[in-house]
Amino acid sequence: MRVEMRINGSPVSADVEPRLLLVQFIRDVAGLKGTNIGCDTTSCGACTVLLDGRSVKSCTLLAAQADGASVTTIEGLAPDGASDPASLHPVQRAFHEHHGLQCGYCTPGMVMAVTSLIAEAEEPLDEAAVREGLEGNLCRCTGYHNIVEAALAAAREAGVAAGPVAAEGEGARP
Amino acid sequence: MIPAAFDYERASSLEEALSLLAEHGDEAKLLAGGHSLLPLMKLRLATPSVLVDLGRLEELAYVRDEGERLAIGSLTTHHDLSRNALVRRHLPVLAHVAGQIGDPQVRHRGTIGGSLAHGDAASDLPAVVLALGGTLVAEGRRGRREIEASEFHEGFLETALSFDEVLVEIRLRKPAHTGFGFEKLTKRAQDWAIVGAVAARRDDLPGGVGVALVNMAPVPVRAVSVESALADGVPIAEAAQHADAEADPSADINASVAYRRHLSHVLVRRALEKALS
Amino acid sequence: MSILGNRVLRREDPKFLTSGGTYVGDLELDGALYVTFVRSPLAHGRIESVDLDQARSAAGVVGVYTHADLPYEPMGFVNPAMRRPLLADGVVRFVGEPVVAIVADSPAAGADAAELVVVDYDPLPAVVDPERALEGSTLLFEDVGTNVAFDLGSPGSPETFEGCEVVVRQRILNQRVAPCPLETRAAAAEMADGRLRFYACTQAPHDVRSSLARELGLEEAAVHVVSPDVGGGFGAKGSIYPEDVVVAALAMRLERPVRWSETRSESMLGLGHGRAQVQYVTIGGRRDGTITGYRLEVVQDSGAYGDIGAVLPVMTRQMAAGVYAIARAEFSSRSVVTNTVPTVAYRGAGRPEAAAAIERAVDCFAAEVGIDPAEVRRRNLVPADAFPYTTAIGTEYDSGDYQKAFELALEVAGYEQLRAEQARRRRPDPATGRLPALQLGIGISSYVEITAPVAGGEFGAVEVRPDGRVVVRTGSSPHGQGHVTAWSMLVADAMGVALEDIEVIHGDTDVVPRGGGTGGSRSLQLAGSAVDKAAGEVVDRARFLAAELFEAAPEDVVLDKTLGRFHVAGSPAVSRSWAELGAASLERGGSPLMAEVDFDYPGATFPFGTHVALVEVDTETGKVRLLRHVAVDDAGRILNPLLAEGQVHGGTAQGAAQALLEEFSYDAEGNPLTANFADYSFISAAELPSFETAFTETPTPRNRLGVKGIGESGSIGSTPAVHNAVCDALSHLGVRHLDMPATPLRVYEAMASAAAGTGSSTNGTGA
Repeated sequence: MRVEMRINGSPVSADVEPRLLLVQFIRDVAGLKGTNIGCDTTSCGACTVLLDGRSVKSCTLLAAQADGASVTTIEGLAPDGASDPASLHPVQRAFHEHHGLQCGYCTPGMVMAVTSLIAEAEEPLDEAAVREGLEGNLCRCTGYHNIVEAALAAAREAGVAAGPVAAEGEGARP
Repeated sequence: MIPAAFDYERASSLEEALSLLAEHGDEAKLLAGGHSLLPLMKLRLATPSVLVDLGRLEELAYVRDEGERLAIGSLTTHHDLSRNALVRRHLPVLAHVAGQIGDPQVRHRGTIGGSLAHGDAASDLPAVVLALGGTLVAEGRRGRREIEASEFHEGFLETALSFDEVLVEIRLRKPAHTGFGFEKLTKRAQDWAIVGAVAARRDDLPGGVGVALVNMAPVPVRAVSVESALADGVPIAEAAQHADAEADPSADINASVAYRRHLSHVLVRRALEKALS
Repeated sequence: MSILGNRVLRREDPKFLTSGGTYVGDLELDGALYVTFVRSPLAHGRIESVDLDQARSAAGVVGVYTHADLPYEPMGFVNPAMRRPLLADGVVRFVGEPVVAIVADSPAAGADAAELVVVDYDPLPAVVDPERALEGSTLLFEDVGTNVAFDLGSPGSPETFEGCEVVVRQRILNQRVAPCPLETRAAAAEMADGRLRFYACTQAPHDVRSSLARELGLEEAAVHVVSPDVGGGFGAKGSIYPEDVVVAALAMRLERPVRWSETRSESMLGLGHGRAQVQYVTIGGRRDGTITGYRLEVVQDSGAYGDIGAVLPVMTRQMAAGVYAIARAEFSSRSVVTNTVPTVAYRGAGRPEAAAAIERAVDCFAAEVGIDPAEVRRRNLVPADAFPYTTAIGTEYDSGDYQKAFELALEVAGYEQLRAEQARRRRPDPATGRLPALQLGIGISSYVEITAPVAGGEFGAVEVRPDGRVVVRTGSSPHGQGHVTAWSMLVADAMGVALEDIEVIHGDTDVVPRGGGTGGSRSLQLAGSAVDKAAGEVVDRARFLAAELFEAAPEDVVLDKTLGRFHVAGSPAVSRSWAELGAASLERGGSPLMAEVDFDYPGATFPFGTHVALVEVDTETGKVRLLRHVAVDDAGRILNPLLAEGQVHGGTAQGAAQALLEEFSYDAEGNPLTANFADYSFISAAELPSFETAFTETPTPRNRLGVKGIGESGSIGSTPAVHNAVCDALSHLGVRHLDMPATPLRVYEAMASAAAGTGSSTNGTGA
């Protein structure tokens, strides 16, 4: 069947099997390998992308369900796909500045989840809200500590963080 | 990770969905958000030959104030339920519980109708609808019918819906007092409840509160004995000891039968204390 | 001013944050075929017949293979009688064991064809419990006549507890867990110019090269291994798997690129598991809190084959005595095969088990003598002036100041205040007359561990290009640790070049001639030292070269590190840059300005520290919440606190997860109960607090940098702290011990047994 969507602003269309998952469409049809697959039970969030602005696990949607939609992946977050630290998206920059990634495998999904969390925050995000908000994104390297710091820093920059501003790098040191 | 092959039909109207169901019979499965069905299909634990996608039926995504009650379209997502102003004002229990299901990504896709129709007793929303004494509206080729929440769940992953019907609406009375308590014990935040308990104030019950349990039987359980005890003026702590009277819990890796029964007492007591405080 | 010791942000990050890493599954391989494995659904059984006809004729299928089609030697070193075939050879020994390999033109075609493979099994009785395996009534290898794959002596010296006023014995389960790197296993292989090129998802590409060469009967020179980005390993990707060899063999046979990526559900049954020890600790001493004797007896579950998992007790033994000056200590172990996933190294690999055993034992001893567990530790720590210190087990610790880390951890935690708050919660609520439901537990763990435990040096090379760029090649191969940043810092410090002018190359065996990979927290102390040494040699060579250009004596030439330029001492106006020297070297001698070194193995190092955990237990539901976790670690000098903290955070979360949530479970027939991420309780952000970390820095004498490893300290120090905290929270209810993980069910049952007077209690005896 014919499926057509916009990914990071560019139209992508292809004839696909109905059983093709959105994550496979993104990786194999659009060739965007930044979005990873970490599980097969909708648990880990490595495949998180924005679908019409909201975070979804792209392993649990058929490509057909996203027909006509607008998808944003990690590659589409920074303006012009910039990769120098200065021109990163605020969430990407916060992950860099707070060492919120190690092996990098969960990172694209984690960044997209944080982006969505901040975008739809109704009230200022505190640490508990960030931790709850990331319950569906698993990371094995960081122990989440610096991911949470990064998310809070990005939330502060977006004006949706609660609590006092921690000194750089001093977030939880005694 | 890769589902078995199937045919995909996207319904552009409820009418079309119903005729697709009639055409394909019980070979077809309905797809709403897909967050119950697709995980099973990826592990090939479910292998429907036809999927009828309801996802585009905007006509079924709504929350309407109908005076005495709210009418909620079955395709309303958990996220939208949790953020809806009408739901928050009149049925805060529903907004609260919807906001605790799975994780944000799941809440963006999962729908109340999908959750109810999947019929999993470990899901939270069926128990909430049961505690609130909701009415479910199913539509088939022969028309609409109403099903009481207490009649809807018939067995493990079995509901009163027939294969050619679509759950279209959930109707819930608006209580005067909206106090509620929801207690869910999980190992991890994203997990299904080991046991859950919901207590919600209701004007139409003698005890003034509806109580239901998550994952305490093959179907969601209405804790009628607790409700009656409260109606008889029994104190909360004592009434909660009847929590498992209607339950039929099973053992699994997370809980023994005795532990589930114990948890139901504790969680019902806590839920009641919150609902009635 | 040196860059070392600074919080330098990672140079690796931008790529991962904007386009994602390039993992094996991301590689473009034109015309590649896909491998799908059909795995055993049975824990133990004979393969009666295999019907491949339908699968072979399915759409998109290129070939279907069984053991008979792949005539290679079985794998494994430890026990030659219990080696593992690439595909099951007549018998399946665990659920998930690969039986058939399908090659197809798409993953979907492979998955569909897998459903058409019909294998007829004759079930055999399965043994899952390692202690039952020890009895030998069900054998995995009938010819061998025992399930014991490896053993380390028998204990039982009668003097060990001689003169003790108190002797306490406890059985402790260090449960089986799944390592769960976020990237599951993957491999790709192709023939290029007559050689095998293998893309490996590994911690140790050079090991993969030698293993593949050995398995496939090739010269090492005929194998080129490339390890692109790797999405975590935690020890479990430290060794090659049968699936890797099958992928390579099929690429050779079919002369087409072949690739494989497993699903998570496969990975939970394919990637090795960790821990899996049943421990019996006996601890004795005086009523004043002095520990004089300690015995650890281990039954190690090796899983279905007698390989890496069987030798984990070697490291448990080395670290058995922990941080304590105990006059007499002894260890014994037996490793058995069971019908389960083979066990492998997992973040700590034998050392977390040692720390867990003795730290739990110390708490049991403290309870028996009625002295605060902090005070018991304080009285028994090896004193700072005793190093190098050799334990009663015979392990020599290089350096340490255990008291310093211990006292700092207690201070940061506010130990006395925590005990006061705990006592307050143990008083009945005046309103209800009942104890509050939420009780506090405080757990301490003082650990020492061994890093770079396996003898072997490391390769490092530094080359200055004529454009001034510096290229570093390292034999270590990272998967998230930050080698690129750390090695750049070492080079920048030694040579005075900017970080952005340094390129670090790893993971390609054609470019890096040899290497030991990343594991056992070896990288900084060995590979970092190699890079440091190579940079030093390049500076020396550059000084000689500059001296020639300046027509001065080499000893008069100095490197101004702030400018990255050489000049004659006292004449900074005339200077030469690294680029000029790099070019001059090529012009004058025809060879690049470069040093390739092997840093010789100087022996292991012994990081240590103290962790303090605070938990809150809901005594009505059994739910445990980790409220605070203080980690004070000492890994010698800290090169980059940002990276070091990151290692501690990650290890601490994994260690806490073992204490609280994670367990890979089987039923009695060997069916896995936790074989995906919905059922296996991989810990998430919502179950953890932010961590409170600090370092003390006691340098090691074993390398110039004074550094030890920090990769595994978190998972070694945290588990016993959290575990002890849970037991502590329940101690006033009569619970003396409960096994990990402290799930709500297990906590509830421990409380219920204690209330009924049938609890698992420490077997304390006055001697």
